[in-house]
This record gives sequence, C-alpha cells and structure tokens, in this order.
Amino acid sequence: MTAQHTDFYASPGDETEGTVYTAMGGGDFADIAREQAERNDETLVINMGPQHPSTHGVLRLMVECDGETVKSIRPGIGFLHTGIEKNMEYRSWTQGVTFVTRMDYVAPIFNEVAYCLSVERLLGIEDQIPQRATDLRVLMMELNRITSHLVAIGTGGMEIGALTVMTIGFREREVVLDFFEAVTGLRMNHAYIRPGGVAGDLPETGIAQLRDVIAWLDKHLPEYAAFCNENPIFKGRMVGIGKQDLSACMALGVTGPMLRSTGYGWDLRKMQPYCGYEDYDFDVITWDTADAYGRFRVRLAEMWESLKIVKQCADRLEASTGQPVMIDDPKIAWPAKLVTGPDGQGNSHEHIKHIMGESMEALIHHFKLVTEGFRVPAGQAYVPIESPKGELGCHVVSDGGTRPFRAHMRDPGFNHLQSVPIQCEGGMLADIVVAVGSLDPVMGGVDR
Amino acid sequence: MSEKAPDAKLPGEEKTVSEPVTDPEAAPKAGLEREDAQPGETPDPAPAAVRRGMWSEGTGDTSGYGGIVREVARPHVSTAPLGSWYDGAHNRLATLVDDPFIKVVLQNGELTFHIPREKLVEAMRQLRDDAHLRFEFCSGVSGVHYPEDEGAELHVVYHLASMTHNRRLRVETSCPESDPHVPSVVATYPAADWHERETWDMFGIVFDGHPHLTRILMPDDWVGHPQRKDYPLGGIPIEYKGTTVPPVDQRRSYR
Repeated sequence: MTAQHTDFYASPGDETEGTVYTAMGGGDFADIAREQAERNDETLVINMGPQHPSTHGVLRLMVECDGETVKSIRPGIGFLHTGIEKNMEYRSWTQGVTFVTRMDYVAPIFNEVAYCLSVERLLGIEDQIPQRATDLRVLMMELNRITSHLVAIGTGGMEIGALTVMTIGFREREVVLDFFEAVTGLRMNHAYIRPGGVAGDLPETGIAQLRDVIAWLDKHLPEYAAFCNENPIFKGRMVGIGKQDLSACMALGVTGPMLRSTGYGWDLRKMQPYCGYEDYDFDVITWDTADAYGRFRVRLAEMWESLKIVKQCADRLEASTGQPVMIDDPKIAWPAKLVTGPDGQGNSHEHIKHIMGESMEALIHHFKLVTEGFRVPAGQAYVPIESPKGELGCHVVSDGGTRPFRAHMRDPGFNHLQSVPIQCEGGMLADIVVAVGSLDPVMGGVDR
Repeated sequence: MSEKAPDAKLPGEEKTVSEPVTDPEAAPKAGLEREDAQPGETPDPAPAAVRRGMWSEGTGDTSGYGGIVREVARPHVSTAPLGSWYDGAHNRLATLVDDPFIKVVLQNGELTFHIPREKLVEAMRQLRDDAHLRFEFCSGVSGVHYPEDEGAELHVVYHLASMTHNRRLRVETSCPESDPHVPSVVATYPAADWHERETWDMFGIVFDGHPHLTRILMPDDWVGHPQRKDYPLGGIPIEYKGTTVPPVDQRRSYR
C-alpha cells in the first residue's frame, strides 16, 4: 500500500482531500527490503488471503514471520458474511431450510437436518417423523459426510502438491452429487430436509442408483489409502503438523475429526443419538497423534463407516418403499410427493389436481400453509448433530409465530478457526497451509 | 398433534400412585424420584407483547395478512421437581453460588438457567469446575433481542455440554439496552472468544473483560448492530460514484 495525493477513482474536477491510500502503486521490493534493513530484524508481517487459493475460500491470515518461522498468526473472517440469520427472521419456518443449506455449502444436508431437528423439537413432533423420512435423512447425511471428507482430503492434498488426490476426490464426489441431483433436483443447496420430514421420496430408480454409488465407492475409496497413507512425501508434510492436544480442543470448543484425532472418541451419533443412529452398526474412529496426519486418517476411516451406514440405509429403504416421508399432520406437512418435471422443478401433480380441481378448502389450506406458514410454540431449542466437521447445532427461538424469532447456527468451523494460532505459531510458514487444511473450515458456514 | 390421555400408561409401565398429587405441600420435594412427580409450571411473568401483520407495518403489504394480531407467548417457568438429573444440577448450583437463578425453564427436555449478569462469571466457573456439574465444553454463544422485555431487552445464551456426564445445559443472561454490558466468560471458556465478538458485532452487547472485543463478521467501520430487531433488513443505502441505491426496505417494506 502506498500513500499518494492523487485519487485515481475521483471524478474529474473532484477535490482530493488528505492522503489517499491505494494498492495501485504496488511498491518496489527494493523499498521494502531497505525498510526492513533499517529495522535490523528478520520480522516480516505478511497478509495471506482473503483471496489466497489455499485458504478454503475467503479466509484472511495475518502472519508475523521471523524468517520462515511463524511468530504469530491471526485469522480474520467475515468476508463471506451474508446475513443469513437475519434473513431467516423474515421468512417462514419452512423457508428457513433454503437459507441454512447455503451456510456450509460443502455439507448442506447437515445444516438442514440441524435446523429441522430444532424446529421439530419446538413443535413437539420429534416422535411423529415417519421412519422412512428419518432413514432418508440418515442416508443423505452419510453420503454428504463422504463428499465433505472427500473435499477436505482432496483440497488438503492439492494444497501440498498431491493434485491426484484432489482430482480423484472430486471424481467420487461427482458420483454422489449425481445421486443427490436425482433425489433432490440439485447438486448443492438442496433444501431437501423439511420440518416434518423430507421434500420428496426417492425416484423410482433411486435404490438402483444408490447401489451403483455404493459399488463405485467400494471400488474407489481404497485408492486414497494407497496414494497417501504411507506416501513419504505426504507423511513428511503431514506428520507432526498442526498439533493440538485434547485439553486445547476442549478449551477452544473443537469437535469432530480434530477432537477424535486426539484419541477421544466423542461422536454425537453415539453419545447423544438423533435420527435413530443408535440402531445403525458403525464404529467411532479415533487416532492418537493429534496432528494433521491423524485427522486425515480419521476422515479416511470415517468415510468407510459412513459407507457402512449407507448400505444399511439402502436395505431399510428398499424394505420401506411406498411408506410416507412426511409427517401425518396437515397443519405442518408440506406436499412431499414431488416429482421432477421437464423444467427441473419439483411438483406434486396429485396435490395440484386435488387443490385446483377438487377441494376449495384444500386450496385455502395450502395457500395459508405456504404463504403464512405454521406456528411454532414459543421457546427455544438447540439440537446438536455430528456434522463432518464437528458439532453443528441450530439455536432457534420462537415467539409463537410463523417465522423464526431468531435462528443461530453454531458452525464447527467457526470454533475451529480459533485454533489456528495454537496450531501454527512456532511452526514453519509452509505448514500453515497444512494446518488450516486439516481444520477443514468452510467459510460459508463460518461467516454465514 | 395427538394428545395422550393424562393417565395413559405405556406398555409395561406400572404406576405406583394412581392419583396425581394436587396439593403442592404434599408433592414430593426435589430429589425424590416418584413417577407422579411431574415438572411444575407457572406462567412467565415477562410482559406480553402483541405483534401485528405478517411482513410489514403500515403500507406496502399486499399479502393480505396485514390484519393478523397475535399475542406473543412465552414458555412456562418451571418449578421443582424438574426430574431426571435436572434437580441435582439445579440444587448443586444453588449451593455453590448464592441465589443464582432468575428463573429456570425446562422445555422439551432442554434445561435453561436464567442467571443475573452479576452472578454469571461465578456461576459459569462453578458449572465448569464442580465435579457434580462439570460442563467443561461451551458450544457457543448466541444473542437474542427481545424489544418487549423491558429492562432486559438483550439476552445472551450460552450452550454448555458436559462430556463427563453426557448432559447439556443452556445458560441465559440478560441486560438492558440502555446498559448493554455483560461480563465476559472467556477466562472460563476460551471457546467463547469469537462467539462473544460475534454477539457484540450483531447485537451491540459489550462483554466486559473480553481480551479483544472487536467486530468479527461486519467490517470494522460498520455503524449499528444488524441483528437487533430495530435494525431493518437490508436498510443500507449503497453509494457508488455519486449515485445512491436505496435500501431494500424502502423499495418494499419488510418491517
């Protein structure tokens, strides 16, 4: 940044007042080197991001370096703040799903489930959610966990030069996203989970497609272990980097793979089950090195556990074909027998026929439910779930109206970025990228 | 939503007392575990508020819902016995901290302690350190703005978890808009650092004793606190090269 007295952005004739700071001049590196020589130390303040390719979106890191050693580092966030929580206060409870899904856009299904479980607890309908809807939620969550971990592993690998891990990671992710598109109509930002159930059942070919996805993942997931686990370069970059032990994790509110890489098997799916996770057979993965390599191994093994759950879901869904996927309460339930039309939009022709051609009252009811929405009893709820990153919870407050009085997402990435200094200070500059990559922050969720 | 008959028994469940206890004196005291010891409820004394309309106040609303008048409800205040582990935690904190509760709310299995801000730091320290409580994990801090709650408009909500006992607890404290100060709990829960910064940023609540209370999501030079209820949605004129784009809420009223 240079100080000048000419404002390049001023309109002709505008007076320039005072000093204008602009990055346009750039500056000569010789000047910086001379200034540095005058200070007679090796300390250099570097700004990394917010547009740096290895900061997972728009994360800004302010680094104070002594040579290549990080003396201090402070993360700056907020560049992707879009006011989602404020916006939700002006939309109905069901519309809120469309907003939360855009928070952590790598794991959208988890945002939706966390929000819907909280709303359902306030409504007092937790026991009335149909089993098939719950199974569909679990299926979508676990597939989403695999894609989220693939992104974490893939982009983390890319940042240290292992480009193949990224390309094969996105290849597998694509297969799962195709399945998501077949079920929800969209690859991301699904708005598929709704208070009371899910937006629609599997398509007719759904189970067959799901079996294909499972077969594909079964075949290709071992590649990551073959590429990375004992790769000396990979291990050289990952082992011992970004250390954070259990007490630091507890103090900073760190959960998920980072906590489990310290050896503590805290997984909300086991400890405080929701969505019927107690009925699934899977293991909690832990590692004992508390470093970036340990987190990679935890994520890798968790994908296999997720695949185990997905297989169990496939069997259950095959057995429960035809059962309802939305709560049997007309005061809450939105139409949930959607089929994708030629324009790509979901619609329920049966429902349209009923409200437009058969029953005036049904039309009035539908209109009221969709435009005004349903009322949620006053109070507050917080239902935490185990997202791929850690504890994700939605604090919803209702004043008894048809809109959230307040909705606040506790995104794990927000907490995890607080541990950047503890993981990076005293280490090498190049290890910042590895440490931040192992946190797996998604700025859409962090900034909301 | 189906209501169960009050005396409906679940399969295999046997009640020891057939008649529900109506006399409060005869009700079992805290700590006693009896199947008919149902959590008590009294209405919240907080002033009731009335909301009108759906989207807007005044002109601009074409939704047809402008005539809706609705009284704002509040969850009931719970009284002992609370059941399960709740009584133990409640009594333990009352022993360790002198008169710590404004009220206690038990709703849908979620326990909320409303604690005056003067007692907050002490209570949080005890909640973390006492072996019977041991809420060693602070999930997050969330602010809520209740404009009708006179003298306590701004609320701060802490979500705590005890991994030792596998329990969850919500602690809520409040401060008036005219004196928006709440003591910081960062010394007890370092995880609350950024969360308190966010709550300051969004609600303008000053956390006294916070090591570095600056804006975190909004730009450093931002004026106002966007999540307050009197702050309009999108109400910022955008200026560029001498032209001003009017705020969204002046193009159509969302208030």
